[in-house]
Amino acid sequence: MLTSTTSSSTSSRSPADIAARIGLIACGALAQPAAALVDRHAWPVDVHPLPPLLHNRPHLIAGQVEALATSLLRRYPTVAIGYADCGTYGALDEVCDRLGLRRLAGLHCYDVYAGPARLQRFFDEQPGTYVLTDFLVRSFGRTVLQELGLDRHPELRDDYFGHYTRVVWLAQEPDPELHRLAQQAADSLGLPLTVVDTGTAGLERAIGGLLTLPVPAFPA
Amino acid sequence: MTPDEILQGLYDQTLVGNAPAVLDLTHTGLDLGMEPQSLLFDALIPSLEEVGARFERGDFFVPEMLIAGRAMAGAMEVLRPLLAETGVQTIGTFVMGTVKGDVHDIGKNLVNIMLEGAGFNVIDLGVQVAPEKFIEAINEHQPDIVGFSAFLTTTMPMFKANINALQKAGLRDSVIVMVGGAPVTQEYADAVGADGYASDASACVKRAKDLLTKRRSLVSA
Ligand code: B12
Repeated sequence: MLTSTTSSSTSSRSPADIAARIGLIACGALAQPAAALVDRHAWPVDVHPLPPLLHNRPHLIAGQVEALATSLLRRYPTVAIGYADCGTYGALDEVCDRLGLRRLAGLHCYDVYAGPARLQRFFDEQPGTYVLTDFLVRSFGRTVLQELGLDRHPELRDDYFGHYTRVVWLAQEPDPELHRLAQQAADSLGLPLTVVDTGTAGLERAIGGLLTLPVPAFPA
Repeated sequence: MTPDEILQGLYDQTLVGNAPAVLDLTHTGLDLGMEPQSLLFDALIPSLEEVGARFERGDFFVPEMLIAGRAMAGAMEVLRPLLAETGVQTIGTFVMGTVKGDVHDIGKNLVNIMLEGAGFNVIDLGVQVAPEKFIEAINEHQPDIVGFSAFLTTTMPMFKANINALQKAGLRDSVIVMVGGAPVTQEYADAVGADGYASDASACVKRAKDLLTKRRSLVSA
């Protein structure tokens, strides 16, 4: 559960309280930095995360977002979707259209942090670029190594990363410990690490923009 | 071991990706005088099809698919020369590659294994294949089918670029174009002017055979 003064659990809030707030459904990979921003700006927002590992089964994302959004729309006057397209290839947009909601712009959270043009430049420079965010650096063992089975089958390294030439860490809030973990992640893939300091401005702009947009009423 | 036990063992061990056991069983089966085609069509291919079905259902994820694919690829190393020796005709030549700018290739590699198992002569151009490389390979190998694989929204437009390049080179009518990859749909395939699309490896084999039969009946008509 996320802890934050403004984005904490909604159970203690009265319906009248909630009526003035925004429910933000966030991908688990974005939920923590989103909640930190909500705190920093004292936005009237409650963050409702969904599991980050849905990214590896992106056909499930739209359905889960829709179910949560439908339930939140019964309580919140305004609900927003803290997901980019995220490999749903348009399915999330259909949900947004159906429920009259907005999502973060872009294809994935890397676009949000680095900006689509900059990200594309990394891929153009080296198509074999593998991108990390602070979230992925912290959770690398679970979200990457374990999910891809590299912990159990290290022999699959080349099947996955044989064509990769570097890891680019989009560092939002770098500190020495995170840097060490990013280096460790790159080392475990046998790839050199490039650190790109993106900060959190991209996410801040994206979420701020999302929340101030006029949001249509709850559909009948 | 009886031939039935060999086939069952091959099926089961491929399913769990036990490459050494699959290799052993392949050798044992051959030593017993079993036909290479039988090992392939009665055990290995059905097993990999089941792996694909489990992936679709969400029971398997990518690593399980990969280890199963590797186990089958190991057996294919042994069977390939034997299949060639026994005079099994290749049913067609398939040039395959992941498009320029994209390095996802797991799906493509699985498709290749299944195509090869089904009797296609597969020429894999690898990843990040530029349009001119496809043209070169088509000129060199005169394939029946060329397959473009893409996994990113940003690289899917290369299908159209490749097809334009084929047109420019005067090759569009001499080769069947198939496209696929996680983000690709039948509508997208139609929109870029591909001849065929398939959502997974088994479907690709089926569609490739259908397209080939249709093309050949047209040519001989
Ligand atoms: C495994 C994987 C990886 C591996 C790839 C290893 C490799 N060598 O291919 C790794 C971990 C390296 C990786 C990297 C990245 N990935 Co990735 N990856 C996946 C994942 C989890 C599975 C893809 C896969 O292999 N599926 C298994 C195969 C068997 O299925 P398939 O690919 O669909 O293939 C079948 C069919 O499509 C068809 N088929 C395939 N090719 C062809 C060709 C023809 C002609 C035909 C007919 C059929 C056909 O048959 C295949 C077999 O059944 C997907 C999510 C998902 N579940 O789809 C994300 C996903 C594709 N990746 C994604 C992203 C964003 C990335 C990265 C940018 C992430 C990063 N942190 O940097 C990088 C890419 C960097 C780069 N330079 O390109 C996104 C794409 C989103 C988008 N809008 O484009 C996805 C959807 C995840 C998500 N939800 O965001 N990835």
